[in-house]
Amino acid sequence: MSEDRNDNDRPLSVAERFAELARLTPARIALGRSGASLPTRELLRFGLAHAQARDAVHEPFRPAEIAAEISALGLTSMMVESAARSREDYLRRPDLGRSLSPESRALLEAARGDYDLAVIIADGLSSTAIHQNAIPLVAALLPLLQRQGLELAPIAIAAQARVALGDEIGQHLGARMVLMLIGERPGLSSPDSLGAYLTFAPRPGLTDAARNCISNIRPGGLAFQPAAVKLAWLIEQALRRGLTGVELKDESERAIEGRMTEQGDGTLGLAKPRPSKPRLSN
Amino acid sequence: MSYRVAVGRQSYVFADLKELMAKATPLRSGDRLAGLAAGSMEEMMAARIALADLPLKTFLHEALVPYETDEVTRLIIDSHDATAFAAIASLTVGGFRDWLCSEAATPEVLARLAPGITPEMAAAVSKLMRNQDLILVARKCRVVTRFRNTLGLPGTMAVRLQPNHPTDDAAGILASTIDGLSYGCGDAVIGINPASDSQGRIGDLLRLLDEVIARFEIPTQGCILTHVTSSIALIEQGAPVDLVFQSVAGTQAANASFGVTLALLQEGLEAGRSQKRGTVGDNLMYFETGQGAALSANAHHGVDQQTVEARAYAVCRAYQPLLVNTVVGFIGPEYLYDGKQIIRAGLEDHFCGKLMGVPMGCDICYTNHAEADQDDMDTLLTLLGTAGVNFIMGVPGADDIMLNYQSTSFHDQLYIREVLGLKRAPEFEAWLQRMDIIDKAGRLTLGQGGQALLAAMPGRAA
Repeated sequence: MSEDRNDNDRPLSVAERFAELARLTPARIALGRSGASLPTRELLRFGLAHAQARDAVHEPFRPAEIAAEISALGLTSMMVESAARSREDYLRRPDLGRSLSPESRALLEAARGDYDLAVIIADGLSSTAIHQNAIPLVAALLPLLQRQGLELAPIAIAAQARVALGDEIGQHLGARMVLMLIGERPGLSSPDSLGAYLTFAPRPGLTDAARNCISNIRPGGLAFQPAAVKLAWLIEQALRRGLTGVELKDESERAIEGRMTEQGDGTLGLAKPRPSKPRLSN
Repeated sequence: MSYRVAVGRQSYVFADLKELMAKATPLRSGDRLAGLAAGSMEEMMAARIALADLPLKTFLHEALVPYETDEVTRLIIDSHDATAFAAIASLTVGGFRDWLCSEAATPEVLARLAPGITPEMAAAVSKLMRNQDLILVARKCRVVTRFRNTLGLPGTMAVRLQPNHPTDDAAGILASTIDGLSYGCGDAVIGINPASDSQGRIGDLLRLLDEVIARFEIPTQGCILTHVTSSIALIEQGAPVDLVFQSVAGTQAANASFGVTLALLQEGLEAGRSQKRGTVGDNLMYFETGQGAALSANAHHGVDQQTVEARAYAVCRAYQPLLVNTVVGFIGPEYLYDGKQIIRAGLEDHFCGKLMGVPMGCDICYTNHAEADQDDMDTLLTLLGTAGVNFIMGVPGADDIMLNYQSTSFHDQLYIREVLGLKRAPEFEAWLQRMDIIDKAGRLTLGQGGQALLAAMPGRAA
């Protein structure tokens, strides 16, 4: 009946052949059923993934830990916060997450300088993503930035932050460009996904059209080294051409893909997918 | 004009119709974010009491979004069917609710009335209604559409099979599609949200779906949920486009943020119809909407998010869609904070759409930063199934690995069929029986008849 055989040379059952499909996608397929319902095993597997994604949103952000790790890399940092004073505030009022607290504004003004780039590490919607993935990414990126001879601002560690908070941080620091590393909306299969947003001439009022974004940076998604290479290339191009956003995006992707192909590395992640469902603002 | 109502010794004044509508709305985070929500529970009830006394015809001469500057308002007013409206022209909003709940409002009467109902009328009456009213009345509104099968018949519910993949991998998408078909999903559409914007890749996905549908002679339609301009271009290149997709919202400015105008949607409809790919009908537009979309584009004109959402259905209605899907919990907790708000919004959207004659389905869904979980989705699914929703989503294991949110699963649709006895589109149900995937009662067969579908996988002879 079937050409497919298992180790014992017994023809595969239909269930086994459906189970084989599951190897082709990370989607939850070939789960089996108990009557019309999900088998207990899968019910619990889903429940655990949801619990981890929920925890990623509400896990307390630990900026002091990140500051210590930055210091170990030989860099300086400073801690800032948005105008959102609690997680609930943050989730209900995205506008508060996009503007600085008065104290943080003063702190940044005091550190004002002539910087090429300000790197910001922000909790966003997943502290888990930041605690697991921000420092390894910075460590991979740092030598590439040093090779470009860039003047770096102290790294800002931002709590209760949305992407656009970087615009105000960059403006107060006097940076030509900001790179915001921020925890993305956690997916059930990816509670630890980090997003990197690059914005030239940061100032309040910019929209996402003015940014370049690399999404899904995590060990199970876009790995640190290729992400760093892609970011370094974008930073170099953005500073040279004096822009980020839609115009830069297309060319950079082509060039990077070409370069990665030369290195024989076809594993580059895609740029952030544009959902055709109504968009969520970060 | 302003509206005044006294509750005990307290007197409440609402400056205009849109303030009255906003403050009468059941609480949701998006209206708070916009600064439009009632300041107290009593103020909310005062607004509802005033709204109940408002003559329905007020909405025909008092626009919430200016006629002169908004083409959606012009569409609503210019296409209003006064003859159909005549049956309810003398009613107030409160009287309209009483009439809708009464035996006089039969499915036939409601179907004739639909072109006479503006979105603002539907939104206004929904604000006075409890969840049970929204279910009771929506259940009486049947909207039947056709392309390669018949959707929306009483006693049926269809499923969009949603086999998304984070890198649009063809084998991965095919695997999810076959798994979903083997659970009897896919009569509404097999619809992929592409990760890529590349025309070449989208063309490949269209051909992939076309081949699966042709190979097994499935009475359904495929769709890649890409921008309408992209679908038009692909049609010009000869790609097999069944349905033309677009996200839409309830104001001209919000639609501009999606890169669409009404003229462009008309162009999309005409391009789709030029293909003549439908077999039993030519409803071929697939629209998605969701409360909060206009506010997130700062294009809400001070109108509450539920009313703006109902206006989006007027946009949809103009293009005789096959499917209209409110993606209710996707946008996030700043618009709908928790399970209670998502459930209420899903019922409101479904009711308003159906009352206006739109083939409403619902992506019963939430994100991980909302205060909601799968139990809330079970509740909304059970309520919408009871209300006669045209279709829901079928996402593998309810976990969309591309869009990072949770919806309803292949198993969830089996559950609701089991509990409520809902059938699939008749042509699709017959196909599933021919394939030995379901039995005469509509239950999945024990013999796993879906094995024939495995032949679609490359290198796997059946």
